Amino acid sequence: MSQEATQDSTQDTTQNTTRDRPVEATDRSAAPAERLLDIEGLSKSFGTVRANRDINLHVGRGEIVALLGENGAGKSTLVKQIFGLIKPDHGTITIKGDASPIKDPKDAIRRGIGMVHQHFQLVPVMTVAENMILGHETTSRGVLDIEGARQLVRELSDKHGLKVDPDVEVEDLPVGTQQRVEILKALSRRVDLLILDEPTAVLTPQETDELLTVMKELAAGGTSIVFITHKLREVLAVADRVYVLRQGGVVGEVATADTDARGLATMMVGRDVVLRVDKEEATPGDDVLSIRDLVVLDDRQLRAVDGFSLDVRAGEIVGVAGVEGNGQRELVEAIAGMRPPQSGRIDLLGKDITKANPHDTHLAGVGHIPEDRERHGLVASYSLADNLVLNRFSEKPFANGFVRDFDEVRKNAEALFTEFDIRAAGVQAMAGSLSGGNKQKVVVAREMSFRPKLLMAAQPTRGVDVGSIEFIHRRIVAARDAGAAVLLVSAELDEVLSLADRIAVIHGGKVVAEMPGKDADRTEIGRLMAGDH
Amino acid sequence: MEWLKRNQITVGAGLVILVAAYVFYAVNSNVATSMFSGAWFFAVPLVLGALTGVVGERSGVVNIGIEGQMLVAAFAAFFSAAATGSLIVGVLVGMLAGIAMGAFLALTTVKGLMDQIIAGVVINIVATGLTSFFYRPGKVLSANMPQWEVPLLSKIPLIGDVFFQSGPIALFALVSVPVVHFALFRTRWGLRTRSIGEYPSAADTAGIDVIRMRLVNVTIGGIFAGAAGAYLSMEATGGFERGMTAGRGFLALAILIFGGWRPLRVFAAALFFGFTNALASQLQGVISIPQQFITLLPYLLTLIVLAVAAGRVRAPAAVGQPFVKGEGS
Repeated sequence: MSQEATQDSTQDTTQNTTRDRPVEATDRSAAPAERLLDIEGLSKSFGTVRANRDINLHVGRGEIVALLGENGAGKSTLVKQIFGLIKPDHGTITIKGDASPIKDPKDAIRRGIGMVHQHFQLVPVMTVAENMILGHETTSRGVLDIEGARQLVRELSDKHGLKVDPDVEVEDLPVGTQQRVEILKALSRRVDLLILDEPTAVLTPQETDELLTVMKELAAGGTSIVFITHKLREVLAVADRVYVLRQGGVVGEVATADTDARGLATMMVGRDVVLRVDKEEATPGDDVLSIRDLVVLDDRQLRAVDGFSLDVRAGEIVGVAGVEGNGQRELVEAIAGMRPPQSGRIDLLGKDITKANPHDTHLAGVGHIPEDRERHGLVASYSLADNLVLNRFSEKPFANGFVRDFDEVRKNAEALFTEFDIRAAGVQAMAGSLSGGNKQKVVVAREMSFRPKLLMAAQPTRGVDVGSIEFIHRRIVAARDAGAAVLLVSAELDEVLSLADRIAVIHGGKVVAEMPGKDADRTEIGRLMAGDH
Repeated sequence: MEWLKRNQITVGAGLVILVAAYVFYAVNSNVATSMFSGAWFFAVPLVLGALTGVVGERSGVVNIGIEGQMLVAAFAAFFSAAATGSLIVGVLVGMLAGIAMGAFLALTTVKGLMDQIIAGVVINIVATGLTSFFYRPGKVLSANMPQWEVPLLSKIPLIGDVFFQSGPIALFALVSVPVVHFALFRTRWGLRTRSIGEYPSAADTAGIDVIRMRLVNVTIGGIFAGAAGAYLSMEATGGFERGMTAGRGFLALAILIFGGWRPLRVFAAALFFGFTNALASQLQGVISIPQQFITLLPYLLTLIVLAVAAGRVRAPAAVGQPFVKGEGS
């Protein structure tokens, strides 16, 4: 089903990596590796929430250790304590035999710890070189040594094979390159332990593979790495050992050589995850969405969608597979009414919605699960009840004329909480307080609750824990079975393969191939996605 | 060379204006000198006030209390000079008053997490109230502020007359502009200051003490608004009046934005405002518009400039947001 779970179809790669692993593992156990990091009995509470409880963890020199867990399992809290960003309530963190408390990030850095944060800690309007030296600048006679900083960037990027231009302002760099800058920044000081907090969440599959290679090289050079992820494939590909966290505590520690995707997933959620999506054969009806020769410009005024045509029928899931940045975002925004197309035509049930605004598109029957739920899916400072009627708050039964009906809004929220298994303090809780998986469930619940004619799901499970992924996938199939047309856009090929009844491969802003989803060949699709057709 | 490339528009525009000024000077040296001197005379407190804004806002703290800072400083400078009979004491007390007001803003907003706009409004209201309440008419300074001539530089035609034959505070303003500019873009302090105003959590993870740096910057930055106040009551007029800043603190804010939070551009923007004002005074005799409308001109210009500039310049990203350690990121 999910990208992690469909390991069966990616066994070639994982088996290769696991096959080499036991050798390394025995090497290490023969000569007990130096303990670089040793955590004992670590606990941390925020108010009444126990974010970490009694955690024991150790990392040897040159070892790659993965922290795996659902959203809200306490992984980020744990690493923030190692980096001195927050202080533990109980327990000790020993770095290279030194158990004195880590006072602040500066202290952590001094003791050889580097961290790449999930949200990059780079100043967007400064150059790569300026960011690199921030906090440990060298000066000559009071003047900042910017030439030295540029030299440092060039040396580091040569040494680690991470190409980056020192003079570009960070905000002009693509996300993958910004991450390189973050990694280089950490490496610019002597780093024994590198912490990576969900490093692949923002990366394309190619960038992810590059990062995994870099991680292996660093470990081979003696740097220890702790990395947070919830993608099982990555764990199996690079980690030596895995700690699985659930509800703030370590529920399992295992060498990757001794486990597989199914075993890890089970540990994570505490129950067997259905690894495949069970679905009946699709019974497509009439065309619901019809796109003809669509051209959409991106923010740089380039033709991101360039002559795209596609039909989606009632009762089927059409998956758009492609490497990110091939026009998927612009396509979805154009259909949703967020980005006016340059030319071409979009019809919904025979009605022209090419120029409709987002509200009219919604009224026409389009449910949209946006790619960026924080920006386009939710209002963080509104209650969940309000977020669940964000697109219909002014319509009956949620309003009578000018007056909102809060009873109906609350009832709607309570019903959706049950139906979509949303876990929160209550319907009046702020949307911003939820974990990623629950936020996404709120968006999914809202967009499905009005029985859309077309459900458009863009990266519906990005940054979402395994349990929620499974749930969201089942709901998407259920929407299809209820007669909705579903357009699924995802950078996770496994997700498209397991959900779609029909697959359209997008490259360079147009459909380069269409095929039934049932027996689609992933190698063939991979080739088409790469532009080889 | 690279610097020239990056700033070619600014440098080019500067050269064009300089040439135009000298053509004007060649045509009528007296009128030109008096107009440009008038422009600088008007611009000095704006430049100084805006520098307080630059230092504060580049660190991430909005300062709409510049007006109040200037007013209190003008008051403190004048009355301490009148009481002690020492001009130096007056100027120093004015600067200290600016720093004290800066410390108030820093403590309430950075430590106390008070809303920065509200803190600024409080400063302005308190300043008006205090200075009006304690104001006593009839005091005079024992002497006028001296006029200093900078050796060699004051001999340059036009520029020498305008900038290098003036009072100490005007010279302080002239020197402060390149110094602050250089400090902001070429020193460790500047890099760190810009980082805490743009993305404080990045600075925090790099081991920079964001809170302390904001406290120090906003406090010390008050020295310029303090000097501006001392300039108004001692150097420009030689007397204190109720509400004598007359919105110059807000003009300084407009100039701060128009100048894109960069001291050199702020300087140019202030001169532009000053020149408009001088032009208006010249026009008074030529065309028959009531005088009130002419004094209105700089303020009208502020509105226009802000409307035009607002969408084009970019403020430090974290300005106005309190920093709490461990939040975000």
